[in-house]
Amino acid sequence: MDDLVVTALRFGFLILLWLLIISIISALRRDLMIGKKDKTGAPTARQARKNPDLAEQHAAPPRVQAHRLIVVEGPLAGKTLDLAASPILLGRAQEATLVLEDDYASGRHARLFPQGSRWFIEDLGSTNGTYLGDTQLTRALPVEPGAPIRIGKTVIELRP
Amino acid sequence: MSNITTVPKPRRNVELLLLILALAVGVGANFLVGLDQDQALDSDFFVQGSTLIFLVFAVHIVLRIRAKYADPIILPVVTAMNGLGLAMIHRIDIATGDQAANRQLLWTGMAIAVLIAVIWLLRDHRVLRRFTYISLIVSAVLLMLPLLPGIGMELNGARIWINLGFATFQPGEIAKITLAIFFAGYLSTNRDLILLAGKKLGPLQLPRWKDMGPMVVAWLVSIGVLIFQRDLGSSILFFGLFMAMIYIATSRVSWILIGLVMIAFGGFVAFKLFPHVTARIDGWLNAFDPEVYNRIGGSHQIVQGLFGLASGGLTGTGLGQGRPDLVTFANSDMIIAAMGEELGLIGLSAIVMLYVLLVSRGIRAALGTRDSFGKLLATGLSFTLALQCFVVIGGVTRLIPLTGLTTPFMAAGGSSLLANWLIIALLLLISDAARRPAMTGPISSGRPRQRGLARIKALGSKPAKNQDPHRTVEVKKP
Repeated sequence: MDDLVVTALRFGFLILLWLLIISIISALRRDLMIGKKDKTGAPTARQARKNPDLAEQHAAPPRVQAHRLIVVEGPLAGKTLDLAASPILLGRAQEATLVLEDDYASGRHARLFPQGSRWFIEDLGSTNGTYLGDTQLTRALPVEPGAPIRIGKTVIELRP
Repeated sequence: MSNITTVPKPRRNVELLLLILALAVGVGANFLVGLDQDQALDSDFFVQGSTLIFLVFAVHIVLRIRAKYADPIILPVVTAMNGLGLAMIHRIDIATGDQAANRQLLWTGMAIAVLIAVIWLLRDHRVLRRFTYISLIVSAVLLMLPLLPGIGMELNGARIWINLGFATFQPGEIAKITLAIFFAGYLSTNRDLILLAGKKLGPLQLPRWKDMGPMVVAWLVSIGVLIFQRDLGSSILFFGLFMAMIYIATSRVSWILIGLVMIAFGGFVAFKLFPHVTARIDGWLNAFDPEVYNRIGGSHQIVQGLFGLASGGLTGTGLGQGRPDLVTFANSDMIIAAMGEELGLIGLSAIVMLYVLLVSRGIRAALGTRDSFGKLLATGLSFTLALQCFVVIGGVTRLIPLTGLTTPFMAAGGSSLLANWLIIALLLLISDAARRPAMTGPISSGRPRQRGLARIKALGSKPAKNQDPHRTVEVKKP
């Protein structure tokens, strides 16, 4: 075999190997669009400085800290639970913090947990899903006091 | 644990393109091996090349049907590594007159068949959460098997093999997957309990004493593997897996520190008490000492590997032109040294890069998936791959003592190949769940599904009270 051909193939293979890696990385580029910031959301600090009324309009209302959980609808309606600093498990399972007697709830249905000064709700892979307001949860979302959380036939709210 | 939204696109065509490139790497490597040995187009080359192409396209088609949104990067990366491994094993076969490459090909076929079965039948990784405690029992049995007289057998000083009559198998390789399933199930259920605060030590929040139980059990299991099976690599792997997963579940640095203290203590005691550990450390620290080099089980293997890497240099000797067969276990333990010799630093860093990409895709699937069980499982499995690479490549390059772990997808060895393809099957399923567009919308979009027994209750028969509370995940039934 010609030495020149062998050498060319040898380097050609190394180039091929790196070509594979470069193509993989360029294919990845499009996949890395990590949850782009909502452009219609809150104005930036710069925009607010330029037109003061914009800032006032969008200024977040003072956040109310939730201290109680109340069952608004469903078989357990009226039941309340004091919120401490530890997470709360919702579901039919006996180990749940709030045992739901709801046929449409899963054993371990959802989880409420505090982070910073807010409470978040996370679905634990339930059959029928968890709804915050009208949207079904696909990831952990912050819960404001008064927003209804629906699990099967049960509706839960946080109260200050 | 955070969530990242993904653009929901199947991207199977991207996978197809990358797959063709990856196959060009794998089959091309095998072609070059034959070319330089003046037997380019022998029957081995055709059998190995066509089988690999057929198997990989079968997986691609199955993904198109069953897991449309699975990650498009994982399969090409693994294909390239498996192809490179096959080529190198074939190359060493030519030098030694062995038939290891065809055995490896057979195992690849079996492993891919298992992967297709898992993707076809399992469909949703959350089902595995039901088997949390069963996985624990299965892991324990798998770890015990090699110690049983009769089927257990000892090879090269480690008692990690079982003899099935027609083949030998390392059950510990499968145990790492079942252990990851158990850890993921256990930690996603008990995360909130373990998080309860204990004493504070400076800026460190220590866990409560009674929550240390699982960590101590994991430590004892690893020590048991080290003492009874004399397998340093698996021991490090099991404990590292648990440490990583408990850290991810709780995001407390104190677990890592406690784990490191336990490793340091266990490692020191093992070094003092067990001659096989002492020999490993000695062969690492004093590798170039003539006395250690010439001792049986001394540093001969690792030093030969280093010589191989050195003669490879930057661009390598070219496939089929080095002498990687001079190293003991060149096609399994030391395949990284063989790759480094024939592909050079440039080729070896490409291989390391492939591993990095694979692990990053696994962790990306974990970030994207919506259930905490899937998150923990995907990170645990990717971490297993990463830790194996670190331990093996670190061992071959004399960064850490050489241990008996296998290089994922490349090293000759059926059980490791099977286990790693199984890991890929799970990662593909989890990434499919992560990237599939979520069904969101107003409540009115559909009638809620009532659960099986509850439906009977609705008809006025027995109440569905005493159902198993551990049945946490229900699969949607049409």
